[in-house]
Amino acid sequence: MNPSTKPKLAVWKFASCDGCQLSILDCEDELLAIADRIEIANFPEASRQVMDGPYDLSLVEGSVTTEHDRKRLLEVRKQSRFLVTIGACATAGGIQALRNFSDVKEFTSVVYARPEYISTLETSTPISDHIPVDFELRGCPINKEQLLEVIQAFLIGRKPNIAPHSVCVECKLSGKVCVMVAEGTPCLGPVTHAGCGALCPGYARGCYGCFGPMNSAQPKSLAQQWKRLGKSDAEIFRVFHTFNANAEPFRSMEKADAD
Amino acid sequence: MPTKIIKVDYLARVEGEGALYIKTKGKEVEAVELKIFEPPRFFEAFLRGRSYEEAPDITARICGICPVAYQMSAVHAMEQALGISLDPEIRKLRRLLYCGEWIESHVLHIYMLHAPDFLGVSSAMELAKTHKAEVERGLRMKKIGNRIVSLVGGREIHPINVRVGGFYQIPKQRDLEALLPELEWARQASKQTAQWAAGFTFPDFESEYEFVCLSHPNEYPFNEGQITSSHGLSIPAADFEKHFEEQHVAHSNALHCVRKGGGAYFTGPMARFAMNFEKLSDDVRAEAKKIGVGPDCRNPFRSILIRSLEVMHAYEEAMRIIRSRPNPSEAAPKITPKAGWGAAATEAPRGLLYHHYKLGDSGLIEEAKIVPPTSQNQKRIEQDLRQFVTKNIAADDEKLTWQCEQAIRNYDPCISCATHFLKVKWDREEPT
Repeated sequence: MNPSTKPKLAVWKFASCDGCQLSILDCEDELLAIADRIEIANFPEASRQVMDGPYDLSLVEGSVTTEHDRKRLLEVRKQSRFLVTIGACATAGGIQALRNFSDVKEFTSVVYARPEYISTLETSTPISDHIPVDFELRGCPINKEQLLEVIQAFLIGRKPNIAPHSVCVECKLSGKVCVMVAEGTPCLGPVTHAGCGALCPGYARGCYGCFGPMNSAQPKSLAQQWKRLGKSDAEIFRVFHTFNANAEPFRSMEKADAD
Repeated sequence: MPTKIIKVDYLARVEGEGALYIKTKGKEVEAVELKIFEPPRFFEAFLRGRSYEEAPDITARICGICPVAYQMSAVHAMEQALGISLDPEIRKLRRLLYCGEWIESHVLHIYMLHAPDFLGVSSAMELAKTHKAEVERGLRMKKIGNRIVSLVGGREIHPINVRVGGFYQIPKQRDLEALLPELEWARQASKQTAQWAAGFTFPDFESEYEFVCLSHPNEYPFNEGQITSSHGLSIPAADFEKHFEEQHVAHSNALHCVRKGGGAYFTGPMARFAMNFEKLSDDVRAEAKKIGVGPDCRNPFRSILIRSLEVMHAYEEAMRIIRSRPNPSEAAPKITPKAGWGAAATEAPRGLLYHHYKLGDSGLIEEAKIVPPTSQNQKRIEQDLRQFVTKNIAADDEKLTWQCEQAIRNYDPCISCATHFLKVKWDREEPT
């Protein structure tokens, strides 16, 4: 029984780098205030104490890559009133979804001397392929201010205020000079979901797609622009096949799509 | 006689997923297995066919806690493969970025992962109920590390500004200088941290270790140096695989790295501190003396003290670099891709991180090998546990379980990296 009346938060990890859940511990200014208002009931990276479910809000990091994890996820859903996936692994399968385009047996033999010791699925898939998800927060890694907004919104029962537009719009809003138009630097900003604050163009670099495709993204027309700027088909294919390779429409980009 | 089983299902306050299985029979420890069930992600496989330029962005994603370490080992290995010589001013900024990551990762470990054990609580959040000023101090110390990484790298987790040859954009000197007052506060706070931690009670435990780390003629090691061991080895990073090998054991998704013809070894803060003590500043060494820890420390439970001193060093070093006004002539040189082979090792907060790459003519990766610190320490952790449990076998199960978890946390293991950890399961069998 939970003696506290505070809402209960759980943080779950599947295949991932731990970076998105680390964002919670990186809220140096807010962490103690969060812990005052929310019962951090199950967060193994931060605490040895685990309180039983059900939980008011579950944050799920990572993708599904093993049969054991697939089953564990079903249990997590049962224990959670709201379930929010955080980061590119949980929302799109992550960089480990590059196996979806290859032969996982061959991958295993490259990395491990004794492939028979390794148990893994052929694919890395997002959480929403397996269970209903209440909200997906994008990013590799997520933006911690957006995470605080999502936690707040769910715990008081409103919709999170997360902009659905492109990095390109964020870039214009922040008054940066367009690196693609002014410098001829290939940039994924027009097709990438907002959330980072158009970080790369502020560092003289083109966007490389950490937040995955925005809604109704048109990567094929952007690919033609990249080609005009001198990028090869292979380079264009690779940039879409990175941290969000399994997310449509990036997933469907073929090697010759820029032709 | 009955079999006794003690079980902890998921080791907390480590980065990643793992378990521990210990079987005892009477006063004998029969088996110790540190199990890493963090699922494999196959980085070395999918790096093949990617461009040399992509390696720092992709390998950062191995670990959200030490992405800078991955980026540093990747760019140095690529620069070796491509024959690029590095502007010394770029090297300074890379050291500054690495200082930021050491600060962020070490302070996280000291205050949020390790200290709660010594004070008998489950987390930093719980610790804040009784030690609010200390936890707030830790959070503020950590934040300055993140500010350095954000400024030089673009963001705290998976920085965007690191590239082969240098950076995309050089940070402005005035923005760097704005960090100085907070760094000076943090340097003082790191002394208070060391003194605070020195008041903890440490289990009486020592072991004979072979320490392995980078050593540099006149710097405490971050990005550069020979790989050296306390048993006399001194080799360039490119020879790592001649002297060390990874072994695959059934109970783990992480590979165990051992010295060829030798065995387990120890990498991380205690190794660096023992091997490079004289390269720390007079102030850091004076502080070490004050809290009673020196290069002869062989008690891994006391590594929290060494982390505090390494953090103090990182604040000092960051200030030295900023005051030297790093001024590279360009953000990065123009690179012509070519075939080559390159290797590098750098000091991640938790120990030595080795990368090698083989590139084809167009600069595409044909082969990648990554040996993270946790797979190097994994076998050594098992040996510590075996020795610790043998010595403390009479302790009650709950206390011994907690202390075994602590013995693992001493290494600040990063299991997400090692997969390329933790359930604790006890199996005690009484002798028949």
